Amino acid sequence: MTVYVYGVAAWLLLVGAFGIVRSHDLVHAVVSLAIAQSGTYVLLIGVGFQRGASPPVFGSPARHPNLHVVDPVVQAMTLTDVVVSATVTALLLAIAIQIHKRRGSTDPDELTSIEQ
Amino acid sequence: MLVFDHGAATLAPSAIAVAILGAPVLLVLGKLVPRIVLDVVSITFAGATVGLCAVVFAASSSGRVVEWVAGWAPHKGQTVGIDLVADPVGAGIALSAACLMLLSLVYSVRYIDSVDGHYHSLMLLFLGGMVGLALSGDIFDMFGFFELMGAATYGLTGMKVEEEASLQGALNFGIVNSLGAYISLMGIGLLYARIGRLDLPGLGYELQGHRPDALVVCALCLVLTGFLVKGAVVPFHFWLADAHAVAPSPVCLLFSGAMVPLGIYSAFRIYWIVFGGTIPLGDMRRAFIVLGVLTAVVGAFMALSQRHVKRMLSYATIAHGGLFVAALGCMDAAGTAGAFLYAAGFAGVVGALFLIAGVLVDLHHTMDEHELHGRARRHPVLGALFILGALGIAALPPFGTALGSAVSEAAATGLGYVWAPALFMGVAALTGAAALRSGGRIFFGIGVDPGRAPTPTTASDCGTGEGDVPDATLDRVPWSMATPIAVLVLGALSVGALPSVRAEAARAGALFVDRAGYIRQALFHSHVHVSAFPVANWSAADLGAGLLSSAAAVALAAAAWFGRSLPESVPVMRHATGVMRELRSLHSGRVGDYVAWLFVGIAVLAGLVGLPVR
Repeated sequence: MTVYVYGVAAWLLLVGAFGIVRSHDLVHAVVSLAIAQSGTYVLLIGVGFQRGASPPVFGSPARHPNLHVVDPVVQAMTLTDVVVSATVTALLLAIAIQIHKRRGSTDPDELTSIEQ
Repeated sequence: MLVFDHGAATLAPSAIAVAILGAPVLLVLGKLVPRIVLDVVSITFAGATVGLCAVVFAASSSGRVVEWVAGWAPHKGQTVGIDLVADPVGAGIALSAACLMLLSLVYSVRYIDSVDGHYHSLMLLFLGGMVGLALSGDIFDMFGFFELMGAATYGLTGMKVEEEASLQGALNFGIVNSLGAYISLMGIGLLYARIGRLDLPGLGYELQGHRPDALVVCALCLVLTGFLVKGAVVPFHFWLADAHAVAPSPVCLLFSGAMVPLGIYSAFRIYWIVFGGTIPLGDMRRAFIVLGVLTAVVGAFMALSQRHVKRMLSYATIAHGGLFVAALGCMDAAGTAGAFLYAAGFAGVVGALFLIAGVLVDLHHTMDEHELHGRARRHPVLGALFILGALGIAALPPFGTALGSAVSEAAATGLGYVWAPALFMGVAALTGAAALRSGGRIFFGIGVDPGRAPTPTTASDCGTGEGDVPDATLDRVPWSMATPIAVLVLGALSVGALPSVRAEAARAGALFVDRAGYIRQALFHSHVHVSAFPVANWSAADLGAGLLSSAAAVALAAAAWFGRSLPESVPVMRHATGVMRELRSLHSGRVGDYVAWLFVGIAVLAGLVGLPVR
């Protein structure tokens, strides 16, 4: 079961990167990047998982706190990661929209303004 | 001294906060006040950051400054807090990034046409990210500041939305760097899974002494990937030339002078503190030296083949980044000191050349060396500064580059790498020759005029800088643009010429590689004295090496100016031209190719580190 989770994380990263490599559309490339990033979410949450544990809510301070929770640190890391993804994906998609406005297409093979 | 240290420690987070707080202030003011007020406010924030970083740097010269943010100090080595650790190298890089930002903002007063304060706020976010990355002692914090820096720079690169080349460059930059960062985050997740901590000293403390298994090696390769992408190490380097070609010149100054060295610094910091006690030093030394030499050689030859001035300078940056990696890859205090001296000197000269290239764009609307031939003859002072900067790249003494090169060569030969002086001098000569060739052609009209028509003989000859259309058109160079250029050249000279710099660098290098002291000071508050390796003043050999590489650069430039190209019938030339053509075609501008090379790079790194460790 645990190996499966890490396998999913690795698969998402690799298939997302493969999507960028073979992409014929910039929007597809940016979304593939977001898919590659979801691999990191799966890895982080998988790292923090505890079998049979509850979400990281410790309960009221008056009573004995429930310590059998999943790791909250990785959930905080995942939330940070989600924010980063939102920012970067939005920025890159905005750039893709502008490219479409100038060029009329979003095919990376048709972008020839930068060549060595 | 104790009070000063304590005060400086609490100022370290402020240095980051001030820069980041400036961004929303500028956005709010953007619609309300005239442009000159935005410039003054942004320069004030940058100046405040310079001041705070200077205090932290001054405090760090007597040892490291450690600050556990919000008082979450460690108890018997266990902690949940986030730390900032400023040793002389980290604080020095933060200070240098802040000073370069200040100079960029002064230059941008006339150079950039900013709408609603967007440019200024992105620059301050960029500064906050850089200072945070330099001072951070927590691996996830480093990732966070890395992404902040990344998002700000993608925006700055693609700022000119009416230029398709800008957008393409920003997209390539954004996709490759973000993917690198996510791969690093996977490595951070693996480390957390094994150890349960995120602070660098804690990670190092828990890992030390244990034999590295597959997970640790995997984590090392993944974590280093993102930072090596930022540091433009071959084969992660393809995005840098595209980004440099289209970003505004003051932003390019920051890329070459601060951002790329920061990537390299972070990679080595993470290795030393986290993995230094577990992955054998010799294996990493081999891995980094292989990567460094490869990067230096590829960068130097690509630089020679460029017609676009900013692209040529970006390959010079890649080549010198390779030299820094090779020097740091000696994995001792001497190599570290040499690398950071070299980086400090190089930032000054390459930055000055980028700013002069920006002036050329404003004056003549092109970045193509052949089109610019002889057109800048009216600006002899600017030409003299360009030639001086080019000689600085060629490691002419007393530039900081010559000093750094000398110290690095001595460190490498001391370890038995006798080819090191040839590598350092060769790369300096090749990149210096490329810059000299451009400067001589553009400012003094030296050599045969290649003709105005940009008809390429091969597809790979296209070098016209259509991606850099200026915001302003000038007849003369305003003082706000000339002053930063002069300051940068003087700065590079002072790194090499001031007598105390070499001793300070020696101490800084010794502290950087002192893993045990870093961990002990951060986790247990105990200070241990570190003795620096002995330093000598400029020796005749150092001066000789620098003069030799400069002379070689001048000779190569002269060959380019006056010589005709060797006939294709000579087999060596045919082979060499073929290899260069293949190499240039790899830098295709397609982001898919860059990502494929990124994974090749991860595999190479894993092979270099993992196979010997088995």
